[in-house]
Amino acid sequence: MTPLLQIDNLHASVGEVSILKGINLTINPGEVHAIMGPNGSGKSTLSQILAGKEDYAITQGTVAYNGKDLLGLGPDERANEGIFLAFQYPVEIPGVSAMQFLKAAVNAKRKHHGEEELDAGSMLKLFREKAAQVKINPEMLKRNVNEGFSGGEKKRFEIFQMAVLDSVLGILDESDSGLDIDALKVVSDGVNSMRNGKRGFLLVTHYQRLLEHIVPDFIHVLVKGRIVESGGREVALELEKNGYAKYGIYQPAKH
Amino acid sequence: MATQDQEVLDLAESRRDYKYGWTTDIEQEFAPIGLSEDTVRFISAKKNEPEWLLEWRLKALRLFTKMTCPEWPFLPYGYEKPDFQAISYWAAPKQGPKSLDEIDPRILETYAKLGIPLEEAKVLLGVEGAAASAAEGKAKAKAMAAAQAEFETGAVSAEPRKVAVDAVFDSVSVKTTFQDELARAGVIFCSISEATHSHPDLVRKYLGSVVPVADNYYAALNSAVFSDGSFVYIPKGCKCPMDLSTYFRINAKGTGQFERTLIIADEGSEVCYLEGCTAPQRDENQLHAAVVELVAHKGAKIKYSTIQNWYPGDENGKGGIFNFVTKRGLCEGDDSHISWTQVETGSAITWKYPSVVLKGDRSKGEFYSVALTNLRQQADTGTKMIHIGRDTSSHIISKGISAGHGHNTYRGLVEVRKTATNARNFTQCDSLLIGDQCGAHTFPYIDVRNQTATCEHEASTTKIAEDQMFYCTARGISEEDAVSLLVNGFCKQVFSELPMEFAVEANKLLAVSLEGSVG
Repeated sequence: MTPLLQIDNLHASVGEVSILKGINLTINPGEVHAIMGPNGSGKSTLSQILAGKEDYAITQGTVAYNGKDLLGLGPDERANEGIFLAFQYPVEIPGVSAMQFLKAAVNAKRKHHGEEELDAGSMLKLFREKAAQVKINPEMLKRNVNEGFSGGEKKRFEIFQMAVLDSVLGILDESDSGLDIDALKVVSDGVNSMRNGKRGFLLVTHYQRLLEHIVPDFIHVLVKGRIVESGGREVALELEKNGYAKYGIYQPAKH
Repeated sequence: MATQDQEVLDLAESRRDYKYGWTTDIEQEFAPIGLSEDTVRFISAKKNEPEWLLEWRLKALRLFTKMTCPEWPFLPYGYEKPDFQAISYWAAPKQGPKSLDEIDPRILETYAKLGIPLEEAKVLLGVEGAAASAAEGKAKAKAMAAAQAEFETGAVSAEPRKVAVDAVFDSVSVKTTFQDELARAGVIFCSISEATHSHPDLVRKYLGSVVPVADNYYAALNSAVFSDGSFVYIPKGCKCPMDLSTYFRINAKGTGQFERTLIIADEGSEVCYLEGCTAPQRDENQLHAAVVELVAHKGAKIKYSTIQNWYPGDENGKGGIFNFVTKRGLCEGDDSHISWTQVETGSAITWKYPSVVLKGDRSKGEFYSVALTNLRQQADTGTKMIHIGRDTSSHIISKGISAGHGHNTYRGLVEVRKTATNARNFTQCDSLLIGDQCGAHTFPYIDVRNQTATCEHEASTTKIAEDQMFYCTARGISEEDAVSLLVNGFCKQVFSELPMEFAVEANKLLAVSLEGSVG
């Protein structure tokens, strides 16, 4: 079986500062992986590099997605091939309605795959279906992208987009930060509703709490740009108890 | 590296296609080249005008020859002033049409290609909508267009309205639709040439009443040689049963277009008027010097929208239309209301300041503008709001977008005279820069002579933010589409003032005009 994502010895830096120092990670179809790490460990950098943000220099290593080189693709091509990054800080786009934005995204993907654009009626139908699936109020789609959204609404809108764009690999960058328990539940139910034998997920988080709602198959601990430990549920539970102290970082992992 | 980026930018720019750059091959009649009393007499005779109008024109010509061309517009690239003796002031298809059946099929084809239906069975739904209405049956097309518009503009869907069209081809109006239906409501909608014969009293009373013959250099030239444009009269208490529109097409080479439009809204009446413009792609500069006058009587409301897409010239600044236009509305009566909305994407140079004179008490003036300059386009545009009556108010929203090597200038005047007690103005002036070779400039003037007035001015200049671009591209949207999406969002306040069909078209137009602006 070809892995969905295979990261080999990935090194990345910003200017002179080296941030990722040899990451190895394999995600197979259907698997949910979580990367836990303290502040400054490089978790968000890894998510953004996978999505194609250009602010980082890849100094060493390779990333293959479905067996093909990923790093040579632009962010739009990666998205159209099924990679979805749920942003830690979703960006406001004044004057552009959520509906208009998603329509552009859906049609870009269809075009990429040589399909015809969806007409307005089918598009609306798709939005309604997915809104029901991830339990958001479709009224939200009439508002401008993330403008005036509460923290919880922003994160829910990210999950909705992931469902509409039918991601193959969903990367959730601290989707739990700043959420109350109800919003956290909506986000995790949304993700759980999408889990199947083909999709993969990479959850990036500081805290253990999210993993009670989305139970991962594998947990990795990222410290100072390296994965220092991998395992199952027990890793998260231990972190919850003792924080990151064992890795020389005195930050709690419990919210 | 820098040169490489530049090459990419240049390559991208040259891709930009001007969709309306073709010409119609048709036999046309021209006035002898050059500007003189004879030229004015020729035009007047062609239109079989009354003596008073010829005298009015000749007076304008005499005044024009004593005036000098304004130097104050901000044009960093400069320009070659038009040689008034080198162009022809009149170009018309040889065969003068009477009914639709008699119009040269090549002209009908021209307007069909532009998406402007001259057959009354069709309604104007924007370019694609019009085609759809013919092909798929109206009901379906309407529903489609409404859903489409909701997506494109985020606007709440409404029934697409019927639109009457006056089609001006070079110097003459070739067809005005729905005249009979409008006449039943008492509305006069015809070419201004026709109006000088059918309604001479109205024309004589109002022509030059808002923009006097010697108001400015190009207004004086227009007064001397104006050819065609639209005339609208809305009777007392009448809410015009459909939107009115004029479509201007420059076709002939070596000419200028001198549009003259006059709209009068009598007491308590309302009208919504739209205008669109295109021209062929040529290496020479062509002049479009228009004068538009609006008069709103007591309680009347005029909403005037323009989508200007004249040929902008090429990436080296060669060719393109000089769009030197005087547009002014007079809120003559109490509680009258004039609203200008403009989307200016074309022309090599634009000088245009649609203004409102707020004479009536509690009258209201509005100006909503999107001006885009790409390539080496130069636009100096804005508005004047002249507060004279008590409790008058004005609202200005200007959105300037500069891309490529374009320069965009907002120039505005808010004048509150002594008599304008409790006058209010709000101005918002935003500029967006795309790339680092373009410019945005702002010259707002505020002149207040009454202590009770309130004037607010807000301004911003922004670049397209990288995090917004990444957010879009990370959703699969290409860089180019992302720019046009962000720009459309920037313009939403203005687009939401446009009739729905026009808003959809404006969205598309902006996307096309921005093509190649990201390297």
